[in-house]
Amino acid sequence: MRKHLTLLATTAALTASPLVAQDLTVTSFGGAYGAAQMEHMIAPFMAETGVNVLFEDYGGGIAEMKAQVEAGNILWDVVDVEVIDLERACAEGYLEVIDQSVLPAGDDGVAAADDFIPDALANECGVGNIVWSIVFATNTTNGPGPQTIAEFFDVEAFPGNRGLRKRPQVNMEWALIADGVAPEDVYETLATEEGQARAFAKLDTIKENIVWYDSWSQAPVLLNDGGAAMVQSANGRIFAAIQDDGAPFEIVWDSHVYDLDVWAIMKGTENLDLAMDFIKFATRTVPLSGMQDVAYGPTRLSAQALLPESIKQDLPTAHLEQGLKADGIFWADFGESLGEKFNEWLLQ
Amino acid sequence: MTNISQTLAPEDARNAAREVRRQRLKAFLFVVPLLVFLIFAFVAPITTMLYRSIYNPTVANLVPETLTALEDWSGEGVPDDAVLIQFATDMKRMANDRTSGQLADEINRALPGMSSVTKSTARDLRRVEDTDIATNGAALLLEADDRWGEAATWRAIRDAGAIYSASYYLTSVDLERDRDGNIVQRDTQIYVQLYTKTLKMALIITGLTIILGYPLAFFMAHASSGLANFLMVFVLLPFWTSLLVRTTAWIALLQTGGVVNSTLQWLGIIDEPLELLYNEFSTILAMTHILLPFMVLPLYAVMRGIDSSFMRAAISMGSSPLGAWSKIYLPMSLPGLSAGALLVFIISIGYYITPALVGGTDGQMISNIIAFHMQVSNNWELAAALGSLLLLLILVLYWLFDRFVGTDNLKLG
Repeated sequence: MRKHLTLLATTAALTASPLVAQDLTVTSFGGAYGAAQMEHMIAPFMAETGVNVLFEDYGGGIAEMKAQVEAGNILWDVVDVEVIDLERACAEGYLEVIDQSVLPAGDDGVAAADDFIPDALANECGVGNIVWSIVFATNTTNGPGPQTIAEFFDVEAFPGNRGLRKRPQVNMEWALIADGVAPEDVYETLATEEGQARAFAKLDTIKENIVWYDSWSQAPVLLNDGGAAMVQSANGRIFAAIQDDGAPFEIVWDSHVYDLDVWAIMKGTENLDLAMDFIKFATRTVPLSGMQDVAYGPTRLSAQALLPESIKQDLPTAHLEQGLKADGIFWADFGESLGEKFNEWLLQ
Repeated sequence: MTNISQTLAPEDARNAAREVRRQRLKAFLFVVPLLVFLIFAFVAPITTMLYRSIYNPTVANLVPETLTALEDWSGEGVPDDAVLIQFATDMKRMANDRTSGQLADEINRALPGMSSVTKSTARDLRRVEDTDIATNGAALLLEADDRWGEAATWRAIRDAGAIYSASYYLTSVDLERDRDGNIVQRDTQIYVQLYTKTLKMALIITGLTIILGYPLAFFMAHASSGLANFLMVFVLLPFWTSLLVRTTAWIALLQTGGVVNSTLQWLGIIDEPLELLYNEFSTILAMTHILLPFMVLPLYAVMRGIDSSFMRAAISMGSSPLGAWSKIYLPMSLPGLSAGALLVFIISIGYYITPALVGGTDGQMISNIIAFHMQVSNNWELAAALGSLLLLLILVLYWLFDRFVGTDNLKLG
């Protein structure tokens, strides 16, 4: 009997201990980006508060959040979400609403509401973390490549393969811009049947020359081994290849499609206060400015001011006027139907 | 039992019966872990999947009163104000609970574009007083967006409100119901094509593993045991290597600047690099390589058991070697061949990771679109229906196989 009691007590202690230890699970995208977050946000947070942070990776999308909330088994506390997914995750009740008034002022004393760029606080479920961008890049060893999206779609002037990520997002926007639609009208056009047909027709003109890939990590590889003469890529990936490996790549900022990543809190987490503490900490001026390591722009003006001049031209935030803001609301509306049509088009 | 009771005293018979029961219970306890595992890992998920493909209570749980109110609506024109007011009330509640997005997703499936309309309307209504909605809800709804004045919107809500529905299965075979309830072709034709293509690729891969695996297994079965063991290591080595490593190794070999292309260019056989990667060719090549052991192992096991004197006897009696092979050896090795073919075919039909990595555009299989609906579009019901159809397809093929070849002829070793 005594043995049983000891066993029971041990089991109870074992199951109870995670609650006592105050662990916080933060989930993000890993890679160089994750490493930068570890260095500038998570490690300092652990040092300052003594909280043990478990840092996990995921591949984006809202399926895992949906699964956790539906099963009532919340494994993550804080999660890095692309704005393109944020709209749905928030409206479907997978994320907590964040009280933005508690965010600290910038290091220069400017209140958070004025210090953050407007898009960073546009959704009530997230606090902006970085501005990143989808650009195209060329390999300069083959001579000068295309300099505009229209030229990217011009197979005669610029022969060779184009590496594109296999999904309708960004590709359809670029097709319309290359076909002469003004950037501000792109999403309106894409919401109509004719607009969609027009985008597919434009994509048809380069279909033979497209190499499709599935994950951002493949883009610099394709460009490097000659699988493609030009690729669509997250700007940070190309930047890292140029910076770290001295790759002969050139980033073209024309009509880049930029988007934000935000920190958000899983609905129903037991560590709500701690999660909020983490977000307040991670989105302060200095931690945000560390995101320049991977060429992503910080979402606070005070953090942008801290950056050295040499890096500024490599960040999406220096090229916003040439770019198009990815429309999360549009893709929440048309993501599934265009996803099906896109797959149908691929099979043709 | 009657025997025992005749020869034994009642007391002993009871004891004996108890002993038998105890033995049975013991035997059963041994399989309990497996049984529990199977129920948790196999029966429960598949049942859930089958159920989910026809059962979707989301809308019915979100707006039950609106659906009840919609029952009397003819399906033409705008429903009564009472319906609209009820819906506006529901929308306000959902906006406060933050569940309007779930409704938005469901309506959006039938009418792309309704997701943002639903969510923004819910946001607008959150700020309106309850009394205002009770009196003026219909007008507020129409003011928020014109599309609440369209019959199509309300038909979409009514149809999405069905708790049990076969519509996901219709979508899975590129069909849908039109306004009058007739089954018609969908605008987007994709799933049937993908099923056909998946079947075609699985057949090609099975054929290739037979062409490559049969002679190899034959050679190994009749080689000296030292050589056979040595060759066996080469069959098993890739089998023990991680699937991901083998797939990425193919990427390194086949890419534009990869080993194959640069060797061919160096030899002067080709001028321009060949497009070897990210197409159907690379998918079939990599999957054939990965699945080859599943063909070789059962074949080898069966062939080892075939007495080679049968062949010698046939030839000594005047049969040609080919005739002896086709009349004696082939039928005797058929159980291994069937088992290998069935294994390879069934595994390849649901293969996911290799097509995703090396498939590019035309190397996609049905599993990739199921993953799309699970991970990206969040249409789990459609994913479940597509998965259930795949399961059905495999069961039908298995039944056909049993009918024409016979599962008695199946031997894994």
